[in-house]
Amino acid sequence: MNIQSRRRLASVTGVALVGTFALSGCGSNNNASAPSNASSSGSGGTTTAACPPGTVTLNGEGSSAQKNAIEQAITDFQNTCAGATINYAATGSGAGVKQFIGGQVDFGGSDSALSEKAKAGSTSIEQTSANKNCGSPAWNLPMVTGPITFAYNLKGVNKLIMTPAVAAKIFNGVITKWNDPAIAAINTGVTLPAEPIKVFFRSDDSGTTDNFTKWLHAAAPMDWPAANAKKWSGKGEGKPQSTGVATAVKNTEGGVTYAEWSFAKDDKLGIAQIDNGAGPVELTGATVGKSVNTAKQVGVGNDLKLKLDYATKEAGAYPILLVTYELVCSKAKDPAKAAVLKAFLKSFVAPAEQTKLQDIGYAPLPEAVQAKVASAIDALS
Amino acid sequence: MPSITGVAAVDEIPGPEGPGPLRGDRASTGQLGDRLFGGAARGAGLLVIALVTLIAVFLLSQALPALAKDKVNFLTSTQWNVDGTPLQFGIANLLWVTVLCSAIAMLIAVPLGVGVALFITQYAPTWLSWPAASLVDLLAAVPSIVYGLWGLQVLGPHMGGLQAILERLLGWFPLFSGAGIDASSTILTVALVLSIMVLPIVTALSREVFAQTPSSHKDAALALGATRWEMIRTAVLPFGKPGVISASMLGLGRALGETVAVMVILSALADGTAWSWSMFNGGETFASKIANNAAEFDSPQKAGAFMAAGLVLFLLTFVVNAIARIVIERQKAFIE
Repeated sequence: MNIQSRRRLASVTGVALVGTFALSGCGSNNNASAPSNASSSGSGGTTTAACPPGTVTLNGEGSSAQKNAIEQAITDFQNTCAGATINYAATGSGAGVKQFIGGQVDFGGSDSALSEKAKAGSTSIEQTSANKNCGSPAWNLPMVTGPITFAYNLKGVNKLIMTPAVAAKIFNGVITKWNDPAIAAINTGVTLPAEPIKVFFRSDDSGTTDNFTKWLHAAAPMDWPAANAKKWSGKGEGKPQSTGVATAVKNTEGGVTYAEWSFAKDDKLGIAQIDNGAGPVELTGATVGKSVNTAKQVGVGNDLKLKLDYATKEAGAYPILLVTYELVCSKAKDPAKAAVLKAFLKSFVAPAEQTKLQDIGYAPLPEAVQAKVASAIDALS
Repeated sequence: MPSITGVAAVDEIPGPEGPGPLRGDRASTGQLGDRLFGGAARGAGLLVIALVTLIAVFLLSQALPALAKDKVNFLTSTQWNVDGTPLQFGIANLLWVTVLCSAIAMLIAVPLGVGVALFITQYAPTWLSWPAASLVDLLAAVPSIVYGLWGLQVLGPHMGGLQAILERLLGWFPLFSGAGIDASSTILTVALVLSIMVLPIVTALSREVFAQTPSSHKDAALALGATRWEMIRTAVLPFGKPGVISASMLGLGRALGETVAVMVILSALADGTAWSWSMFNGGETFASKIANNAAEFDSPQKAGAFMAAGLVLFLLTFVVNAIARIVIERQKAFIE
């Protein structure tokens, strides 16, 4: 009820703004093109967000995985541009896609790009419906990469190496003790206690589970035969949300889970190094960036839908990660909003902002991808 | 000579020229205020009925398409695959966990609540009864997320010992068999927290009815030589029984529908976990499962499956309340 009325209010102000811009005519057009000029020089290095004129409110909704990142970006953007208000409701990727397709929000956030196939029980295809609602192609812009950790709580064990096969066996309930020979074999020199392994999983449907099982299935198909899904298909005890699993591991000696980097960091959990076949890789911004670089672009032109290679054997690439997208209309219906959205996304993808995200548990997009996203944003209108 | 029925003998004897017995002075014969109030009251009653009907219609309309496509028995299956095809979902697990949690909670909360109410109305000195009553009422003002976190972080770590003892002594009985779930996240822990959440409801209503016990009944019992406990057993408890039942049903409604606290404490089970009757198991209740997954209702079929589960909770609550109504009516007939 509350949200509805807020939205209604927002749309009323939106209409009022369209009115004012229509009156001011081509003057606003000149102003709106200003940010793209500034950004073409900015994509190389330093960027200052150019503020579009007027007071505009943008509403976004979706992925909770990118919540902290986008909130940080919004705060920074609003500090620079006082006229702009951006609301982001982290209600989950499913909700974000639904609201974006329904035209309820100006941009959506999602852990997975708009799908090209019809979902069970409905005949509509996300990408097609989104294009139809936009009246122009809807683009998936990768904006934030969130590494997923293999997080554990084991007293006295500060360094742990995991291979996909062993991780799959742990999460499948095949390996149940920490001192199992399979774990010991890849962790020479580490004293592992004879404690039971307590696996915790996300009991809610989540993009984190989806991406983590993508990695297990891609890198160790023999040990993890189940296809990826938002719903957990392994063993263990279920806890709600990332907070739930992280807290459970923190409170349970011998506990293990998969969680976003920020949650593992906050609860000071052990984070395993992942060995996909080219030696153990520690989780850092750089190793994640290397992995994103190996991703293939499957979208056409400025639609930057990515396909990550979870089984990557590239040395020094951390393989378990999710990329969250912003879903936008390539041609917005409302030019005033489009100008603000452009300026905001531009400041979000700017190197300074991306680097900042590392402190709150995300990894910056690699430079090549940053440049691609920046040029796609320039092409928005 | 007033009596508990509220009708005095005097009322039934008409005056020499007055209206017939039990007639007011044209109390409801078309005065404006009367009509307005009557209309408003009727409107309020109809509104509630309309609301409940509409909720039922909404749940049904959302749930039926998904139910029609369900490939397994909705009531007896423990599967929950709502993402792809074939659609397979059943509520056996949800129903069992919901009922077990609430039943244990009520087993603890009702005797405790009645005891507290009896203490406040019959035993406590006047200076103590008011603060004690408000303190218990205060329990109802604590948000359920706080109960959830308290249960998980404070109560939970202490549950291991109790569960180990119960398991050792009664483990031969399926209800008490071990299930390998961390002791802070079991059905029993949730039930204990729920019982505390339900306690103020049971206590507040029972207190009110116990306080209404006619002093003539109590005095009569005492005059016949009853001790205080005997007086309570023969005068206060029979009089308050329908009230206690009502209170318990309200409390049960809360326990069945509790969402956040259950979600935070109880560990969900992985797919394919073997069925267990144990109260040391994990699981999900109707409400916690729906709330936990609400953010990802990305297809009508999926939403429908969860709505179907919601519908069962709705019907369950309805049936429980209907049974309570019948019990109360019987009780009343017995007393009168």
